[in-house]
Amino acid sequence: MNKENTTNEFFTDWKYAAAPEGTEHIKLNKQYDLFINGKFVKPNSKKYYTTINPATEEKLAEVADANEKDVDLAVNAAKNAYDKVWKKMPAKERSKYIFRIARLMQERAREFTVIESMNGGKPIRESRDVDVPLAANHFFYYAGWADKLDYAFPNKKPQSLGVAGQIIPWNFPLLMAAWKIAPALATGNTVVLKPAETTPLTALKLAELIRDSGLPDGVVNIVTGFGKTGAAIVNHPKVNKVAFTGSTDVGKLIQKSIAGTNKKATLELGGKAANIIFDDAPIDQAVEGIVNGIFFNQGHVCCAGSRLFVQENVADIVISKLKQRLETLIVGNPLDKNTDIGAINSKEQLQKINEFIKIGIDEGAEMYQSSCSIPSKGFFCKPTLFLHTSQSHRIVQEEIFGPVLAIQTFRTIEEVIEKANNIPYGLSAGVWTDKGSKIFNLTSKLRAGVIWANTYNKFDPSSPFGGYKESGFGREGGLHGLMPYLSF
Amino acid sequence: MKQKKNYFYSEMEFNNSPSVDQVGIEERIARFNSRSIKKQSKIQGLKLALNMIDLTTLEGKDTEGKVKQMCYKAMHPADDIKGLPTVAAVCVYPTFVKVAKKALGNSGVKVASVATAFPSGNSTLEIKLSDTKLAVNDGADEVDMVISRGEFLEGNYNFVFDEIAAIKEACGKARLKVILETGELSTLDNVRKASDIAILAGADFIKTSTGKIQPAATMPVTLVMLQAINDYYHKTGKMVGMKPAGGISSAKGALQYLVMLHETLGNKWLSNEWFRFGASSLANDIILQLGKEQKGVYYSKDYISND
Repeated sequence: MNKENTTNEFFTDWKYAAAPEGTEHIKLNKQYDLFINGKFVKPNSKKYYTTINPATEEKLAEVADANEKDVDLAVNAAKNAYDKVWKKMPAKERSKYIFRIARLMQERAREFTVIESMNGGKPIRESRDVDVPLAANHFFYYAGWADKLDYAFPNKKPQSLGVAGQIIPWNFPLLMAAWKIAPALATGNTVVLKPAETTPLTALKLAELIRDSGLPDGVVNIVTGFGKTGAAIVNHPKVNKVAFTGSTDVGKLIQKSIAGTNKKATLELGGKAANIIFDDAPIDQAVEGIVNGIFFNQGHVCCAGSRLFVQENVADIVISKLKQRLETLIVGNPLDKNTDIGAINSKEQLQKINEFIKIGIDEGAEMYQSSCSIPSKGFFCKPTLFLHTSQSHRIVQEEIFGPVLAIQTFRTIEEVIEKANNIPYGLSAGVWTDKGSKIFNLTSKLRAGVIWANTYNKFDPSSPFGGYKESGFGREGGLHGLMPYLSF
Repeated sequence: MKQKKNYFYSEMEFNNSPSVDQVGIEERIARFNSRSIKKQSKIQGLKLALNMIDLTTLEGKDTEGKVKQMCYKAMHPADDIKGLPTVAAVCVYPTFVKVAKKALGNSGVKVASVATAFPSGNSTLEIKLSDTKLAVNDGADEVDMVISRGEFLEGNYNFVFDEIAAIKEACGKARLKVILETGELSTLDNVRKASDIAILAGADFIKTSTGKIQPAATMPVTLVMLQAINDYYHKTGKMVGMKPAGGISSAKGALQYLVMLHETLGNKWLSNEWFRFGASSLANDIILQLGKEQKGVYYSKDYISND
C-alpha cells in the first residue's frame, strides 16, 4: 500500500461522470390526437407530423396537425362549455379544479420534467428546478384568485369574456401553457390552446392530466399544428380573447388580423434586454447574473439579457471573469443533471443563430467562444460572446434567441440609459450596483416591463410580466394577469 | 503595543475590495450543490478530499497519547480498504508539535500547529511571535494563525496587515495559514476584505475558522474567500491556498466543496498543496463511503477507528 503523501496522485483533470436522468418511466404514445371536448380525437385533416428530440434528432412521436375545421370544433366545444357549465359554476368550485390541476402537476413533476427536456432540449436542471415547479405554482396562485375577483377589483364587477384562444412558444412549453391557462380558468373563461409545433408533448401530457382531473369537458382544448392552426384560432369569430407569446413578427400579424373586431389581446413578444453592470457592483455575482441572463435555456428566453453594458473601468475584469466562467459551463445532453446548456430547440433556430454569429463576425465584432466540445449529433451551439460591438450592429439590434451575448462598455449613467432604451424592444433589463439609489434612478428611466436589480431571470406567479414597445402589451402573472381575461 | 491608524499605505488597497452580494452567493452555492457527482468522479473526489484533510485535535484535554494515535490514523486512515491516500496534515497545539513530528516521521504527512494566542488572538505581538517560533522551532511545517478580529472590526486594517506580515516573517520556511474566524466577521463584505488583507500580507493559505466559534466553515464564506484568491491570482499570477475548517463532516459535503473549488479556481487547486479541509470527523465518513464502493455494502461506523 502506498503510504507516500502523494500530492499529485489524484491531480488529474477532475471531470464529472455522466449523470443522466432515466427515461424508462416515460410513456409516450406513438401518435397524439387533438384534445377537444375532453377527449382525444383524430384530426379532420388526417395529417400528422413528427416531433423530435433536438439533442439526438430522434423521433419521439407523431402529432396531429389541426386544420380550420378542427379548430372550429375546438372553439365550439370551448364556447359550449363556457355557456353551459363554466360561466355558471360558482367561483369557489372553479378554483377547486384549478387546485387539482396544480396538485396533479406536482405529483407528475418528474414525468413532465423529463419530457420537457426530451422534446425541447433544455437542461433537466432547469426543467426540474424552474419550468415544472413554476408551472404548478401558477396554477396554485391563480386557483387562489378564482373566488376573490370581486376583492381584486372592488366595485368594478369583473366579468369573464368567453373563449380564450392561446398560442404559446417553444422555449417554455409547459410553463407558458400554465401562464395562459391558469388565469383564463380562474377568471371563468374557457380555453383553446395551441402549443408550438416543435414542442407539443408536455402540452399533450397536460391535456391527459386535465382529462384525469375531471375538469368539465371542453373547458380546456388543446390543438397542435403550425402557424395556420394558430391563425385559425386567432381568426375564429367565437374567440373573444387572444393571448399570444412568440415573435414580434407574428404578433404584428395577429394585431392586424384582429383589428376591427372586439377581441381582446395580450401579446408577449421579443426582447433584447440590457444587462447593466456598474463599477460598484458585486462583480463575481454580476458575472453569474450575466451567465444566467444569457445562457439560461440556451438563450431561448424573450427576456434574456442579450445586451451587456459594462462600465469601462471594470470592463476588463468583468470580461476576463466571464470568459473564465464560460469554461465551466457544461454543454451537452439535456438529460444529464450536470448539463448547464442543452440543445438548441430546432434545426431552424440553430441555423438562425449561426447566421447571426456570422453577421457578428462580418460586422467586425470580436467573437469569443468557450473551448468546450459539443455533441456531433443534435443541435448545439457553444456559448458565445461578442466584444467591441456597436449600437448599430445587427447583433445588438436584433433578437437572436440563442446563447450569444453582445457586449458594449459605457462611461456615464446617462449614456447607458440612452443606449439601453435605444432599441425597438422593451421587455426586461438588469441593473447591477451596490447602491440602492442608483437602482431606483435607473428603474424609473429604463423603458422595460421588468427590471431586475442584482439578479436576473427571476420569475414568480405573483409578479406581473410583460413588455413596452415592440415587446408587446398586457401583463401576465400577478393581479395584473387577471385583467386581460376580464371585462369591467 | 497598539498601533494608531496609519493611512500611509495600503488602506486604499483594502478599500478596493469588491462588494459581495449574499443572495447571489447563495444562488451560486445552490448551483454547485445541484451537481451530481457519481461513479468514478465520486471515488476520485473522495480520495482527493481524504488526501486534503488536516486531521485536527485542539482541546485542552489533549494528551501525547491522543496525538500519537491521531498521527497513526493520519498515515493509515483505514488499512482494510485498498488504495487510500494519507491525509494531508495533522493540526495540533504548539506543545504537541514535537510529538507529532516524531510520530509522523518521513511519512510525508505534514505537521500544522495553531499559534498566535489561538483561538481568540487576544495577546501582544511579542507573545504571538514567540508562540509562532515555538511551533516552528519544534518542526511545524505549517502555522495556523488567527487574526485580531477586534482590531479588524474596529477598522484598524493596517494593524491586522502588519501583524500577519510579522508572523509570516517569523514562520520562515513554514507555510502560513491565516484564520479569519469568519463566524465573528458578521458580513461577507468583511470576509472579503479580511481575505484581501491576509493575502496581501503574505498568507500562504487563508482559512475560515478556528472551529471554536459557530458558524465555522460555510460554503458561502468559502466561496467569497475563493473569489479573493482568484482575483489575486489573476492580478499577480501567485497562488494562495484555501482551508475551510470546522463544520464539514460528511463526504457529500466535502464533494460539494470540491465542486465549488473546481469551478471557481480550476484543476490547478485540486491538490492538498492548495486546498485543505480542517476536520476531524470528515475522514471517517469518507472512509465509510469508499469502503462501501469496495465492499459493495455500508458497514457500521464501529468498524472505523475514531482517532
